[in-house]
Amino acid sequence: MSILIGKNTKVMTQGITGRTGAFHTRLCRDYANGQSCFVAGVNPNKAGEKFEGIPIFGTVEEAREQTGATVSVIYVPPPFAAAAIDEAVDAGLDLVICITEGVPVRDMIATRRRMQGKHTVLIGPNCPGVITPDEIKIGIMPGHIHKKGRVGVVSRSGTLTYEAVGQLSDIGQSTCVGIGGDPVNGLKHIDVMRMFNDDPDTDAVIMVGEIGGDDEENCARWIKDNMTKPVVGFIAGVTAPPGKRMGHAGAIISGGKGTAQEKLAVMEECGIRVTRNPADMGRLLRSVLQ
Amino acid sequence: MNVHEYQGKEILRGYGVATPQGIPCFSVSEADEAARKLGGNVWVVKAQIHAGGRGKGGGVKVAKSLDEVHEYAQNILGMTLVTHQTGPAGRVVKRLLVEQGADIRKELYVGMIVDRATQFVTLIASSEGGMEIEEVAAHSPERIHKVPIDPVEGLTDAAAEAVARMIGVPDGSIEEARRFMQGLYRAFVDCDASLAEINPLVITGTGKVLALDAKLNFDSNALFRHPEILAMRDLDEEDPAEIEASKFDLAYISLNGNIGCLVNGAGLAMATMDVIKLYGAEPANFLDVGGGATPQKVTAAFKLMLRNPAVKGILVNIFGGIMRCDTIAEGVISAVREVNLHVPLVVRMKGTNEQLGKQMLESSGLPIISADDMADAARKIVAAVSGRSTAADGTVGVAA
Repeated sequence: MSILIGKNTKVMTQGITGRTGAFHTRLCRDYANGQSCFVAGVNPNKAGEKFEGIPIFGTVEEAREQTGATVSVIYVPPPFAAAAIDEAVDAGLDLVICITEGVPVRDMIATRRRMQGKHTVLIGPNCPGVITPDEIKIGIMPGHIHKKGRVGVVSRSGTLTYEAVGQLSDIGQSTCVGIGGDPVNGLKHIDVMRMFNDDPDTDAVIMVGEIGGDDEENCARWIKDNMTKPVVGFIAGVTAPPGKRMGHAGAIISGGKGTAQEKLAVMEECGIRVTRNPADMGRLLRSVLQ
Repeated sequence: MNVHEYQGKEILRGYGVATPQGIPCFSVSEADEAARKLGGNVWVVKAQIHAGGRGKGGGVKVAKSLDEVHEYAQNILGMTLVTHQTGPAGRVVKRLLVEQGADIRKELYVGMIVDRATQFVTLIASSEGGMEIEEVAAHSPERIHKVPIDPVEGLTDAAAEAVARMIGVPDGSIEEARRFMQGLYRAFVDCDASLAEINPLVITGTGKVLALDAKLNFDSNALFRHPEILAMRDLDEEDPAEIEASKFDLAYISLNGNIGCLVNGAGLAMATMDVIKLYGAEPANFLDVGGGATPQKVTAAFKLMLRNPAVKGILVNIFGGIMRCDTIAEGVISAVREVNLHVPLVVRMKGTNEQLGKQMLESSGLPIISADDMADAARKIVAAVSGRSTAADGTVGVAA
C-alpha cells in the first residue's frame, strides 16, 4: 500500500525537456520501479519525439490516452506553471505534483478556484514531491537516503524533510510527502494526515511544519479527534522575526499570527509529541513506537 | 516588494481609488513649491519610509501655513524616524509627501490580503480606522469584517455595499465606498499585490471617500510581469546585505545574534537558527544558498556573513541530496582561503559523498570543526564562540 503513489503508478512529466525536468526525470526513472512508472513527457513543441526513450506528447490529454498515465509531475517555469496544472486538471488526471518554485500567488488562486468540483489532487507548488521508498520517487528528493518502512513523513520544507528522513534511516518510511512552502497550494498537512491514518502500511507519522498560516494547527485539531496513530512534530522558525519572509512565500509571521510557539502549543494540546530540537525528530518518533 | 505611500496612491488612482491631492518631494524647496501648487490652507507633510507608525514617531505633521510646511519639511527630511516597525535603529527620511489637508468626518479601515484558508483574496474592513488593525482584532474582534472574494465573480456590488454599511459608511457615500473597494480589488489583482491596507479610509465633510494612507506590498514572484512596479523599488529602504545577497541569488536576512549560518533550503535554514538558540546562542542571519550551491555562491555567502561585525562564528549545515558533499567541501575550502577566515567554523554535511567531503575538509589543513548532526554542530559552534570546551556541552540545557 502506502499513500498517493506506488510501484504501479504511471507518471507523465510536464516540462520533460527543460534542464530541471530532464535531470530529475532521469533520476526518478533510475529509482526503484521508475523505468516502468515514467511513461510519458509533455511538450507541445516536441510532440512525437522521445526523451531518452520516453515518448513526448503535445498535450496532457494525449499522453494520458496513449499511455494510461494518471499522475503528472510539473517542472515548467513559474510563469507557465499554473497553466500546466490547469491542463492536467482538465485532462482528468488523479494527481498533479508541481515542483516549480516561484509561481505567482494570483495564478494559484485562479487555478485552485478552477479545481473546485474536480477530482484531481494537487501537491505543491514549490515542493520536493512524493516518494514511496523502494517503489517510486516523483520529485527532486535524493532517493538514496530513503528506505522502505512504516513511518509517514509530511512536511512543508524540502531539505527539512530530508533531515527527518535521514533520522529514520534505521526504520524507514512508508511514504514521504512534501506539500510545499507556498501560501496557496494543494494538499495541506491535514489532508495527508487523513491518508496516513487510513493507510494500513503506516504506523506513525512525523509532521514537519514552519511559521506562517494555521495549517499545522488545523491538522493538530483533526489529529486530536480522529487520529489512531502516534504523531510527532517539529516546527521550524522559533527564532524567525515577525514580518520577514523566511525564504518560502508562505513562511512569514504576520499580524502576530503563525508563530512557531503558537503552533507548537496547539500541537501539544492536541496530544502530539513535539520537539524543539530538529536533530531529535527520529529519536522522538522511535520513542512513541515502543 | 514594498513601495512608498505616494507610489501606492499613484497606482490606486489609476483604478479609480480617490486620494487627497499630493506631490512627492525630495527637498525642502520642492516641498515649498508643492504646497503652493496644491493651494488651499491646510497641508500634510508626511515622511515616506517603508514602515508604519510614522505619525507617532513624528513623521507626519499638519501645516496651517506655507511657513509651517517649510518648517516641518526641514524637520522631517533627514530625520531618523523610529517607529515600532523600523526597529531601534530607525530609518533616515529621504522623501516626503506633501498633501492637501482633508476635512475628516469619519475614519475607517479597509484592507486586502490573500487568505490561505479560503485561498481567495479577502477584504477586511472595520469601523475602527486610524489604529493598528492588530489592536482592533485583539480588543474588539466583532468590529472586523472579513469577506472572501471569489476570483470568478470579483467583489460584487452587493458584497461591497454590505461591507460599507457594516463599517458605518453614511448612506450618501455608500456608492462611492463601493466603487472605492471595487477599485482597490481590481488594483490588488491586476498588480499582483500580496497586501493592501487603507488606514484610514476617510469620509470627508462633503461625503467623499478618500484613501488618506495607502500601504501596498507585491508578490515578488510576479514582478516579472510588472516592470512599472519594479521600477518603484527604493533600495535605500532595504538592508544592503539583503540587496547584495539577491545579486547572488541567495536568500539572506540579517538577525541580531553572533553566529552566522549557511544552509541549503529555507526550512532547514530556519531549523538551524532554532537549534543555535536551543544551545544558548543567537543566529546572526538566515541564509539559504538554495539547491544549486556552486563554490562561487558559497564564497559569496561567506563574504556576506562576514560583513556583519557581530559574527563570531559560522555554522554551515548542508543536507546534500542531489548536491554532492564534495562540491560543498570544495566551496567551503576555497571560501575560507579567499576570505582568510578569522572566526571558528563548524561544518555539518550529510548526504551524497559525505565521507569524501569530510576527508577533503580534514586534509585541507584548515581549522574547520566537523560535526555529525545538527545538534552536534550547534553545540560545537556555540562552545567555540563562547570559549567553552565541547566536553562541557552536557551542561547546556536542551528541551527534547
